[in-house]
Amino acid sequence: MVTTVFFYIFAGLAIACACSLVYHRNPLYSAISLIGVFISLACLYVTLAAPFIAVTQILVYAGAIMVLVVFVIMLLNLDDDNAFNRLKYLYGVAVVLGLALMTQTFFIFYAVLKTPQNPSTNTTAGLTQSIGETMYTEYLLPVEIVGIMLLMAIVGAVVLSRRLNQPQIELMKAQEDFETFQERNEY
Amino acid sequence: MEPNLATYLALSGILFSIGAVGVIFKRNALGMFMCIELMLNAVNLTFVGFSRYYGDTTGQLFVFMVMAVAACEAAVGLGIFIAFFRNKISIDVDDASLLRN
Repeated sequence: MVTTVFFYIFAGLAIACACSLVYHRNPLYSAISLIGVFISLACLYVTLAAPFIAVTQILVYAGAIMVLVVFVIMLLNLDDDNAFNRLKYLYGVAVVLGLALMTQTFFIFYAVLKTPQNPSTNTTAGLTQSIGETMYTEYLLPVEIVGIMLLMAIVGAVVLSRRLNQPQIELMKAQEDFETFQERNEY
Repeated sequence: MEPNLATYLALSGILFSIGAVGVIFKRNALGMFMCIELMLNAVNLTFVGFSRYYGDTTGQLFVFMVMAVAACEAAVGLGIFIAFFRNKISIDVDDASLLRN
């Protein structure tokens, strides 16, 4: 009974925050709405007996990723987005795509009757211990691959956002001049 | 009405649709990025829902992988936005037309 009440409260909150995310033109308001979606989804994960995923959701998404996004918004000091000003045919595309996805949603509603109607009695599936056991026995290789991917992302982010300092730029110019000089001498 | 698997999947579908419409309507690269995050979260909800109703841990493990990919995407994507902003003084995706013509 409590689960039902919580589900409807947080589902409504998630949909309202998602609409506000798309509606607002100021990126900062969108970011705050997105944090609302993340937190309400974390509460829904708790109703689905997945406490580990709920905590990770708040730590990784609402904590790390959104802090990064808000930091970039503040750093770039953006103007308001003048949305709804793009090519006209995109209105049609958006409406058709939205309707198709909504139809799919209600088809799911109708067709999912074959799936289990009651939650599994196995409530240990979401606990940190069982997730850890599965992660480091059955799925050890994917976890290692994800680790390498995170390392590559760190290196890539540092390389991308680095600004060349003045001596490096002068060095590159000097190299270019030297190369053109060599080419001229060859002819 | 008691929420069952269908209700969770329907909620996930609604969130995914809102995210997809947002990606089309937003011109701001950061706005599009946030809508993509919303779509990833909608998919995560289906994984956790199926994991609960089948009593299997694998779905939650996959959610963990999706979160790692989203974190990588955030780090690299925001690096690209900053590099783009440095050259164009805007992050409007319509300004990224260097390869056109």
